[in-house]
Amino acid sequence: MKFLVICQRELSSYFSSFIAYILIAVFLLLSGYFFYSDLIFFILFGGFVLPSGLWQFVFLDMRLVTLLVLPLVTMRLFAEEKKLGTMELMWTYPVRDGEIVAGKFLAAWLFFLIMLIPTVINPVIFYRFHAFDLGPLAAAYVGVLLLGTAFIACGMFISSLTENQVVSAMVTYGILVFFWFLTWNEEAANQQLLSILLGLSLFDHFYNFSRGVIDTRDIAFFGLFVGFFVFLTHQSLAVRKWRGVR
Amino acid sequence: MISAEHLTKRFGAFTAIEDVSFTVGRGEIIGFLGPNGAGKTTTMRVLAGVFPPTHGTATVAGYDVVRDSLRARSVVGYFPERVSLYLDMTVARYLAYVAEMKGLSRRSARQEIAQAIANCSLAPVAHRIIGTLSKGYRQRVGIAQALVGSPRVLILDEPTSGLDPEQVSEMRALIRGLHGDRTVILSTHILSEVEATCDRVIIINQGRILAVDTPANLNHRLRRTSEVHLEVVGPATDVVRRLGQVPGVVSIEHRSGADGAVALVIRTERDRDAREALAAAVTQAGWGLRELRPVLLSLEEIFLSLVAARTATATDSEARDEVSGYLPA
Repeated sequence: MKFLVICQRELSSYFSSFIAYILIAVFLLLSGYFFYSDLIFFILFGGFVLPSGLWQFVFLDMRLVTLLVLPLVTMRLFAEEKKLGTMELMWTYPVRDGEIVAGKFLAAWLFFLIMLIPTVINPVIFYRFHAFDLGPLAAAYVGVLLLGTAFIACGMFISSLTENQVVSAMVTYGILVFFWFLTWNEEAANQQLLSILLGLSLFDHFYNFSRGVIDTRDIAFFGLFVGFFVFLTHQSLAVRKWRGVR
Repeated sequence: MISAEHLTKRFGAFTAIEDVSFTVGRGEIIGFLGPNGAGKTTTMRVLAGVFPPTHGTATVAGYDVVRDSLRARSVVGYFPERVSLYLDMTVARYLAYVAEMKGLSRRSARQEIAQAIANCSLAPVAHRIIGTLSKGYRQRVGIAQALVGSPRVLILDEPTSGLDPEQVSEMRALIRGLHGDRTVILSTHILSEVEATCDRVIIINQGRILAVDTPANLNHRLRRTSEVHLEVVGPATDVVRRLGQVPGVVSIEHRSGADGAVALVIRTERDRDAREALAAAVTQAGWGLRELRPVLLSLEEIFLSLVAARTATATDSEARDEVSGYLPA
């Protein structure tokens, strides 16, 4: 259960710095503002169907805020410890590399959860004025959670490659944005290639969730994406065995 | 307690250590002596389980550091050369985290932490944030971290580097105090440190072991002649002439002394201790004897001797040049 010890230390480290509070504040302010403006837009332009109208607007916007904030959450996971030199000591304790990866991943994920939960207050307030079907909203939240988990896995891997946190965040942005823009050249790509690109795009897999549709193919995609990057992170810790520790 | 057999570690084309073999008995304090970049840290990291060796095997308390890595790591306390701690935690909280990482039960953790804090005199700063502590205190937190869990083997990489003289002697006293049934490996590039704390020395240079012996033996084995430093209050020319007649004296070097004293470095035959005879000669002549002590070899000289002995093909001067390039300033 040592991954829980690591997770606990990571979380307390997040909250002992003011950066955590700033990230949470920015996330909540932006997602609150987007909810408000999307609601105004939805009403002014006479939307009728909540899932394909309001929820889709809100969650496609929340996708952006998540993309903006999560690389800043994951950038320090390994990079900071490599820079400080604390990884060396960690490797002398009787703990498996897998437990280290699990603890850090869980800490960043819980941080994301702590950030995400307060946003529920927006639809709760809305519900008091206008009751609606909760199913599609829940599906959209599952989608955001899966998307964020994928961002965290990717960000954690990048963080394990460098000891510079800015590099860690920038490269993560680069990769995630690439997975987003992957399908934007639909005109240029032929149909076969496009279907492959669509299959790889993080954001196209999120699209169904935002409309309230849970598709097992989308869940499987996110599962594979997360598993792939967690595996790579575990592999990258083994690099010390042939390249050494600075 | 520790055995290393033919350890070799390569990083790409660079060979950090090559064919390093030694054993350390239970309760022994052993010193790793060598210039910077000699391979001390690499050897210690292999023993502490940071990374496996490229070739060779090592066991700690009977556990193979590669095949039985987790168990080997659980009996080792490691102090890294670059003391790196989580700067945002308090000392007590940090040690509690270490205890959990080492898998101690809650009850024994409390006891171990209290003991480590007491051993390293950390009580006054136990509830301060590590980031606000001085270098000396951080170093001690690093030692305390290694001590938590009472590991049977302690691997300390340059535990006194960067400390002021008072802290250095405190740290040495602490290390000596740990002595018991605990096995300690410490690395340093200061010979006096080894003499002050260690039972045996392993001298390593350019990734290879040059010698394994006790500090006294090394000193004895490697000097070609014995030297005695002597300070006498008396007429300089008479003193030099009289002492030159003492049996066993090879040469006398006159150095200026303070307060009218004559300072001499007297070289005697290698296996002959002329100290008693010298003292007798001085007192019989009615001069004042201020100081009489043997001159020991410095680390530099030991190194030069060892490398000169090993470099059979190279000429002496070449060997000297090669080695002096590696010696710490």
